[in-house]
Amino acid sequence: MQERRNLPQMEVIQELLLPVTRTTMWMWIGFIVLGTILAAFAFAVAWMFYWGIGVTGLNRPGMWGFMIVDFVFWIGISHAGVMISAILRLTQAEWRRPVTRAAEVMTMFSLMTAMTLPFIHTGRPWRTAYWVFPYDFWRGIFPDVRSALVMDPSAVFTYLTGTILFIYITTVPDIATLRDRSTGWRKGLYRVLALGWQNDERQWMIQAATGFLLAALMLSIFVSVHSIVSWDFSFSLDPVWHTSVWAPYFVIGAVHSGVSAAVTLMVLMRWMFGFDKYIREEHFDAIGRLLVVVATAWVFFFMLDVFFALFNQDPRETAVMKMRFEQWPYTLMLVLIFVFGYFIPVPIWMFRKFRRNIKLMFWTSIMVNIGMWSERYWLVVPGLERKYEWTFDWNFYRPGIVEITIILGTFALVPFLFMCFSKIFPPVSIWEEKEGQNFLQEIKVGKASIPAIVREF
Amino acid sequence: MAHRWGMTIDLDLCTGCQACVVACQAENNIPINTEENFQQRRAIEWIRVERYWEGEFPNVKARYIPVPCMMCENAPCEPVCPVYASYHTDQGLNFQVYNRCIGTRYCSVNCHWHVRFFNFWEPKWPDSLKQQLNPLVAVRSRGVMEKCSFCIQRIDHAEQSAQLQGRDVKDGDFTTACAQACPTRAIVFGDLNNADSEVAKTVASTKRGYQLLADLGTNPAVVYLKKIDADPLPEDSKHKYFDSSQYTRVKETVAVG
Repeated sequence: MQERRNLPQMEVIQELLLPVTRTTMWMWIGFIVLGTILAAFAFAVAWMFYWGIGVTGLNRPGMWGFMIVDFVFWIGISHAGVMISAILRLTQAEWRRPVTRAAEVMTMFSLMTAMTLPFIHTGRPWRTAYWVFPYDFWRGIFPDVRSALVMDPSAVFTYLTGTILFIYITTVPDIATLRDRSTGWRKGLYRVLALGWQNDERQWMIQAATGFLLAALMLSIFVSVHSIVSWDFSFSLDPVWHTSVWAPYFVIGAVHSGVSAAVTLMVLMRWMFGFDKYIREEHFDAIGRLLVVVATAWVFFFMLDVFFALFNQDPRETAVMKMRFEQWPYTLMLVLIFVFGYFIPVPIWMFRKFRRNIKLMFWTSIMVNIGMWSERYWLVVPGLERKYEWTFDWNFYRPGIVEITIILGTFALVPFLFMCFSKIFPPVSIWEEKEGQNFLQEIKVGKASIPAIVREF
Repeated sequence: MAHRWGMTIDLDLCTGCQACVVACQAENNIPINTEENFQQRRAIEWIRVERYWEGEFPNVKARYIPVPCMMCENAPCEPVCPVYASYHTDQGLNFQVYNRCIGTRYCSVNCHWHVRFFNFWEPKWPDSLKQQLNPLVAVRSRGVMEKCSFCIQRIDHAEQSAQLQGRDVKDGDFTTACAQACPTRAIVFGDLNNADSEVAKTVASTKRGYQLLADLGTNPAVVYLKKIDADPLPEDSKHKYFDSSQYTRVKETVAVG
């Protein structure tokens, strides 16, 4: 299914370095708009630090709200990285080539964004900063390893470390390319970062082996990170939260939203950087097929979660489920989850013609993530609003303007950081693209000539 | 033998007068709860009196449940704290260390009696009340969780005085602020491990005793004595917790009251 395409190497380098060498009008617009939102975000965070958590809409017992929902969402988005780069690299799926770096970079920035949320969400973030991170395990005084809130940063920072290493290992040859073509401060930066890359055979072998090793090591992260994020909730005794199905359910939901976000990112790169020759329709075709499977698995787990809550007929769980299914705004969210998360996009992705329609892929992937954000809200917040028989304390959570600004800010932060990254490093891997073209050969089968991939290992 | 401080609350004696709430506010330096605090559901009441309505008008009965911290033996709030701010003392008390607390609020999320309170704002008192603050109790800053301590300052004081006299703490040496203020003696505080104490005797002899959410297996140290209803309502008009109409009714009465 690979389409044959042979481009001169110089052209590949020049075109893929476009965001580094030039700032297009769309990039300027992006920087300005996202920068404005980020300024509001910074102000909102500063406001919250100054006055306290009182400026949010949180209450008792609704102690966790928008920020925790958004934290789960961004950790979910980050699963695109491990799904696409680690799994597709190990299975040697050819179509991963133009997507891996972008997906990994999105992973890195969404993990960073995600971790800021629980941090600013604590009552005394300054203490969180100097007492909790880095965890002082040595004296045995502070961290209680029984708490999911200790496991969670451990898992997420492991993922972040792995991702940064992975991005770096796979970017070194491209940094060397940049080093050879740049002047000024960039030259100095790239010279240090390229680690003396001279394009010799031994270096390539080490680089390839490291990439594979890291990909294999990161496979465990694929399961661990979002399972542990789900334990932030499942370890508690709260009705509906307290269920073991949440771990696999969160993982598959994360892959669903993460891979959809990767689609959004691919389209945006095509539009903003003009990578039409590298991010092609066939890539959307392949990722669309993957999404059909992932989305269906996710819907299965969604049903399973509802079923497990209703199956035991526990009035406490039923009370929450009743609210989720009958009360505003959870009814609207339920519709968004099902219709946006599954019933509109999946039938569209079933058709090859639609999978190759870039605009359609863009809007369906946006839709999925609206659905997935609602899903996280639907899962997290109602569990606190109908906690046990204390009807006296049953309440309703409404986010404050500060929280809404912070959430909008996180949605600006990730693309902003991605654009900053692409001003310094190429967002599509140049060497992988060239490698892919070198592997591509024509094989004669009878009278037909078929493009095929020849691998060395 | 170590102490196991506990409480019995006789709902048959409770009149819902809220004297315990006021006494607790005064004893433990709890900031003044404004009307806005209540509406935002951020009021801090280490002991609160929950009021439920039973039956339909005109056959309505008010039910009161004073709820302090249950001091669970296996407290759900303890293992979820990442910094050990919530921990268990050897006297069976479930304790909150304000200095450690970073305010993740997971303990409150995992407290099913809703007795852990978060300082959403910096606490404030009117000038006239500043001299009233109890010097034995820390004032909590914003961003930390706080909760009922079974008046730990009184426990410490009683233990120290008893030690000076060379004896153990006796039942009746001291009591908590809520128990002291209760006009009907519905709340009784004491040592459950001391067989001669009033609470231990009540717990051993009563047939009306129950614990709140006992099915969670946390073994609370607060034992409730069921209300004796001379004129019970018919079964079908009883309060049903998970009826959504009930929820709105509770909400309305909260707004009016």
